[in-house]
Amino acid sequence: MLQIRNLHVNVQGHEILKGLDLTINAGEMHSLMGPNGSGKSTLAQVLAGRDTYEVTEGEVLFEGRNLLELEPDERACAGVFMAFQYPVEIPGVGTAYFLRAAVNAVRKHRGEEELDAVDFLGFVKEKMRLVDMDEQLLKRSVNEGFSGGEKKRGEIFQMAVLEPKLAILDETDSGLDIDALKIVADGVNSMRRTDRAFLVITHYQRLLNYIVPDFVHVLVDGRIVKSGGKELAMELEEKGYGWADQSIRHAAAAS
Amino acid sequence: MVELVQEKDIYRSAFARLEAESNPVGGSALIALRTQAMARFAELGFPTLRHEDWRYTNVARIAKTEFRSAVDCSVDLDERAIVAETFPEAQFHRLVFVNGFFARDLSSQHGLPKGVQVGSLAETLDDDPSWVERHLARYASYQDHAFTALNTALMEDGAFVYVPKGVIVEQPIHLLYVTMPGVEPIVVHPRNLIIADEASQVTIIESYVGLGEGVYFTNTVTEISVGEGAVVDHYKVQRETTQAYHVGTTQLYQRRSSTASSHIISIGGDIVRNDINAVLDGEGCDCTLNGLYVPAGKQHVDNHLRVEHRKPHGNSREHFKGILDDSARGVFTGRIIVHKDAQKTDAKQTNRNLLLSDNASVDTKPQLEIFANDVKCTHGATIGQLDKDAMFYLRARGISADAARSLLVFAFAGESIAKIKPQPVRAQVQQILLERLPQGDQLQGLS
Ligand SMILES: Nc1ncnc2c1ncn2[C@@H]1O[C@H](COP(=O)(O)OP(=O)(O)OP(=O)(O)O)[C@@H](O)[C@H]1O
Ligand SMILES: [Mg+2]
Repeated sequence: MLQIRNLHVNVQGHEILKGLDLTINAGEMHSLMGPNGSGKSTLAQVLAGRDTYEVTEGEVLFEGRNLLELEPDERACAGVFMAFQYPVEIPGVGTAYFLRAAVNAVRKHRGEEELDAVDFLGFVKEKMRLVDMDEQLLKRSVNEGFSGGEKKRGEIFQMAVLEPKLAILDETDSGLDIDALKIVADGVNSMRRTDRAFLVITHYQRLLNYIVPDFVHVLVDGRIVKSGGKELAMELEEKGYGWADQSIRHAAAAS
Repeated sequence: MVELVQEKDIYRSAFARLEAESNPVGGSALIALRTQAMARFAELGFPTLRHEDWRYTNVARIAKTEFRSAVDCSVDLDERAIVAETFPEAQFHRLVFVNGFFARDLSSQHGLPKGVQVGSLAETLDDDPSWVERHLARYASYQDHAFTALNTALMEDGAFVYVPKGVIVEQPIHLLYVTMPGVEPIVVHPRNLIIADEASQVTIIESYVGLGEGVYFTNTVTEISVGEGAVVDHYKVQRETTQAYHVGTTQLYQRRSSTASSHIISIGGDIVRNDINAVLDGEGCDCTLNGLYVPAGKQHVDNHLRVEHRKPHGNSREHFKGILDDSARGVFTGRIIVHKDAQKTDAKQTNRNLLLSDNASVDTKPQLEIFANDVKCTHGATIGQLDKDAMFYLRARGISADAARSLLVFAFAGESIAKIKPQPVRAQVQQILLERLPQGDQLQGLS
């Protein structure tokens, strides 16, 4: 589904991603871990199409198409979804209206019929139950005055509404208490399907107790230094990122 | 110098014509007033950029144009041509003026409470010139404003509204000014006098529209006297053509414990200048000035506010928002004067601007003159572009760049529009804005 080859990305003249390779197949759950500033959000934002990041080398294919030449909205319509690490507050734009505009843009792209306000409300309320969201939030402006937890759950809720093929979750677990964490994890798990893939970015192994990944990757200083199964996450928790990084260096030195 | 004399000569000859009329409007009191105002205009001349209050607005093009006095052509106007402007669904009382002349056939009123007067100012002054003595030009001073002086000297007609003590006029009174320009540039000087006596309530809506091609100039003055404990809501929806010049003064005079609001929506016009002046001349007055201007192309919109707190415990709120596209220019001046006696004044002013193009620009400045020591006075101005993070967030959810942009622009204006109380007016302003936005039609039902 997603193939990233030798991806180099600059932000304001600094190279943040320095040759990243990653392949994600349909149905898979990938977890990306790494220390602060290692480039996790950079990867997520580049995949979503943020233009402040400059791709200097490499390629990204999504279902065989060059993802990098698509506009952000085209990517969303094609089925790429990113849950923001820091969801943006948009005063004056009602959540219900925003979501309907988004859903209908995506549906139109898929050749499906657009939903009217009534159908949409029914559809959305069902999804809200999934992440235990208060329906009152629909009446408020997008993310405005939402608590940290509400914002994060809101991202999962939007994912549920938009039904993407590839979902990238950027630290959706950060700042959540254990109850909220379980709700988020349940939401994600209920959406797992053979034709849908996930890239879950997290600092903490605890999320992976609830969302069990097929693969774990460790990103250090713009490169994936180690990949493995779910047990890698536990090992990391125990030994720290330095270990993952060094073990690579040792391996390189030995050969 | 020679040029300046010429400019004034145009108006002097117009004045001479008025003076020579066998049956001058308003009787002798008005003649005296006109003469003084004309003399004052001759002294002042049109303002130049050297004039502090006109630093950013160049009216040379207005000064140099040889405008003719407009002629009454309301007979040429089919009611159907203005149906879109008249809120036909609403039960508003309506006065229509065509090229400045009262069009009785296009006007309507129904079931006004006893004692309420709604009609032509010229006719009222003919019937009872004492109104001139008591009210006309008592609020809007022509001493330091050339355009107000010109209006006072050359006014022919406009609306007169009187609401007696304790009377509540439920339905808004809609004043519609239609200008039909011709081959030669024309000028119209509408003059409105609104008097709300003690504890009365009334809503006034002024709409300005132009029909057809041609340069014209609307130079309007509205005086509003708000009696003790009275509540007056005033709206001005300016939708002149882009060939029009529009200069207008809205003058609010408030007595004790009165509540007044004025909402100035500027959509059309080539050069636009709004003076909005409020005098809070009694304890515990509440004044709200709300503005929205959305110039595009080469439009120039100048909002010049002056709020004068003369007595204690006054509240004033000024919120003006601008959305500027292309090479449009905006000017905002927010002057707040708090007199020595006006303790416990609470004055708040904001001017927020959204620039949609690199060529659009805004000059904004507050001017606070505070002579009392126990007051709360805050102001804030912002000039910014569309929030890039918000744009990306919307697009990352599948919303196209055009739609995302329109959504954010509409959201920016939303707060100002929400303050418009009469639903038909709110819907109209909303609709006009949506029509100007790419994919605006898809934003229907947003609020
Ligand atoms: N817009 C930006 N401008 C300047 N530097 C940036 C920008 N975005 C990211 N960076 C820098 O790029 C590096 C990688 O940032 P990124 O946000 O991708 O890290 P991260 O792995 O997501 O970190 P965290 O765990 O703190 O979320 C950091 O050094 C950061 O300061
Ligand atoms: Mg991050």
